[in-house]
Amino acid sequence: MNISCPVPITNYDKITLAHGGGGSLSNQLIEKMFLKELGNTYLNEAHDGAIFNLPGKLAISTDSFVVNPIFFPGGNIGDLAVHGTVNDVVCCGAIPKFLSLALILEEGFLMKELWLIIQTIGKAAREAGVQIITGDTKVVDKGKGDKIFINTTGIGTIPEGINISPANCSPGDLILINGNIADHGVAIMSSREGLEFETSIQSDTAALNDLAGSIFSVTKEIHVLRDPTRGGLASSLNEIAKSSGTGIEISEKRIPILEEVKGACEILGLDPLYIANEGKMLVFVPEKYGDAVLEAMKAHPRGKESAIIGQVDSQSPGIVRMKTGIGSTRIVDMISGEQLPRIC
Amino acid sequence: MNLVKKISEEIHKISQHPWVIMEICGGQTHSIMKYNIEEFLPEGIRLVHGPGCPVCVTPLELIDKAIHLASRDDVIFTSFGDMLRVPGSESDLLRVKAEGGDVRMVYSPLDAVRIAEENPEKKIVFFAVGFETTAPANAFSVLEAKRRNLKNYSLLSSHVLVPPAIRAILSSPDSSIQAFLAAGHVCTVMGYEEYIPITREFNVPIVITGFEPVDILQGILASIKLLEKGKVQVDNQYSRVVTLKGNQAAQGALKEVFKVIDRKWRGIGNIPQSGFALTDNYSEFDAEKIFRLESIEKMESPLCIAGEVLQGMKEPPECPAFGKECSPENPLGAPMVSSEGACAAYFHYKKRVTKMN
Repeated sequence: MNISCPVPITNYDKITLAHGGGGSLSNQLIEKMFLKELGNTYLNEAHDGAIFNLPGKLAISTDSFVVNPIFFPGGNIGDLAVHGTVNDVVCCGAIPKFLSLALILEEGFLMKELWLIIQTIGKAAREAGVQIITGDTKVVDKGKGDKIFINTTGIGTIPEGINISPANCSPGDLILINGNIADHGVAIMSSREGLEFETSIQSDTAALNDLAGSIFSVTKEIHVLRDPTRGGLASSLNEIAKSSGTGIEISEKRIPILEEVKGACEILGLDPLYIANEGKMLVFVPEKYGDAVLEAMKAHPRGKESAIIGQVDSQSPGIVRMKTGIGSTRIVDMISGEQLPRIC
Repeated sequence: MNLVKKISEEIHKISQHPWVIMEICGGQTHSIMKYNIEEFLPEGIRLVHGPGCPVCVTPLELIDKAIHLASRDDVIFTSFGDMLRVPGSESDLLRVKAEGGDVRMVYSPLDAVRIAEENPEKKIVFFAVGFETTAPANAFSVLEAKRRNLKNYSLLSSHVLVPPAIRAILSSPDSSIQAFLAAGHVCTVMGYEEYIPITREFNVPIVITGFEPVDILQGILASIKLLEKGKVQVDNQYSRVVTLKGNQAAQGALKEVFKVIDRKWRGIGNIPQSGFALTDNYSEFDAEKIFRLESIEKMESPLCIAGEVLQGMKEPPECPAFGKECSPENPLGAPMVSSEGACAAYFHYKKRVTKMN
């Protein structure tokens, strides 16, 4: 990303209420910043919305992004806003095509930070092969927001023969993940005010549509895809076990995790199974495809550390079990509320 | 063969009788549940979970005092994370925060001292909760605040001590505990000399034990060895960290800042000489004195059997409210809040075990 690219708006170094007012300052923001970086035939029309054709079955997903801090090791809120929604559409079995982009800015937000985020959004969208075709900007009084909130909605087309749903999860399915867990959450925590600690851990934020393409090239018979974001691996697995009424057993030893992340979690009193990921995908496939899908995932740049971490069965319906590192078995429960660090 | 299996087999081999062993520390309870250590033990060995979760034993009145302070406009209330959800008689600190109270989660009391320095117009209170493990850092924060000449920093102190709790449990006529795993980190600070007279007085072996699954199994093995041989002594499983005399510098700070007082434990009641309070020399850092907090007697939920659970007399699932009126989302008592509380540990890791097998 060319972050040295100069801020295209120089007469204001901070966002004012007028930038969201719909008048000339709003237009300046749209033309000089948004269209310059994100423009395409749909967006350039500057219509109230976008009109388009898409064939076949569609998937739609929406997500809001309020991450704090907005810049963190490995990315910023702009990457997340594209990747998060793209990945949700991917996990519906769809090929993401279009995004909407809505910004809520706090009065006084730095123009150069906004520009950095818009450039990041542009780059992330181009890399993911999606176009931003409609958008909105609002500005709220200082103190009524927190720098910047972003909402994106994504639309994608579902190819013939693909049917992804947690309800498809069946006994015998193997469960794969495309790499190390908990990087994103720990990277965010490491940069949070009052908690800064020295670490080289980077957020894993990434779009997964290309990886999904590699997986579908092995077989269309993928049962479930799920990106374990908030609530982490444990929450996603619990949701799938509950909605499909199957049991799941995972193996602690097989779950890929960086030693550094493990160590940070131990110090902070957090369980990495419940920590957010932003570039990870759980893949449930019939057993016979397990090895081939694993190989395809490992060959992809976003899946080098992929592993088979568990299997679906009919024991303990709705419950996730884990073979611990020392060979015992325990329940991996849904988290209640947010993880709060322990005292000692 | 892996170490866990090896220790497990040895435990099976030497266990001739049923034994009841209490792990005193909540960190160990958490590990036991998280790794399902009981799976490696013979039927007759029963682990009972002790009161070693500081969050769980902080008395209701003190939580109410914390809530009162956190609600004041002139106060920034700082606390470790897991105190925030502990229910007081009417609210909890997270709710106070939602209502606009300035409640901040910190990872170290020194962060609270920094906040005090940065906000001279506010009064910064740190909720100083914990056993001998956390007390030295809290003592250092007071020394540091004094060194920086801060007049706006204070502790709401609820420190508790392990040996008096062991005595209280063993003195109860209902106690069935035959051996203790003592808390490795507490002994890292305090050493284990003070446990020697307890073993003699109550005729129970005590094994200083660490927190990793292998540590705990080794601690259990050492306890059973002593029990089977009828030996009464203190063994140190955690010798890679714990020494007889402990950390002298930390003990020095404790002695300087704190004095030993009687303390009320949530669910258990008053235990003589079982806690720390600030000495008179440091009373300017004592939130209870600064804000003239009056003691108010509060009633616990009549459904909650936390007291019996904390003393190892009942297991969490024996509580009629367990998993029904009381859950981590809506805790009636503190042991359901902290990940180290016996009720929460049961709820997360074991609540449906019977269904599983």
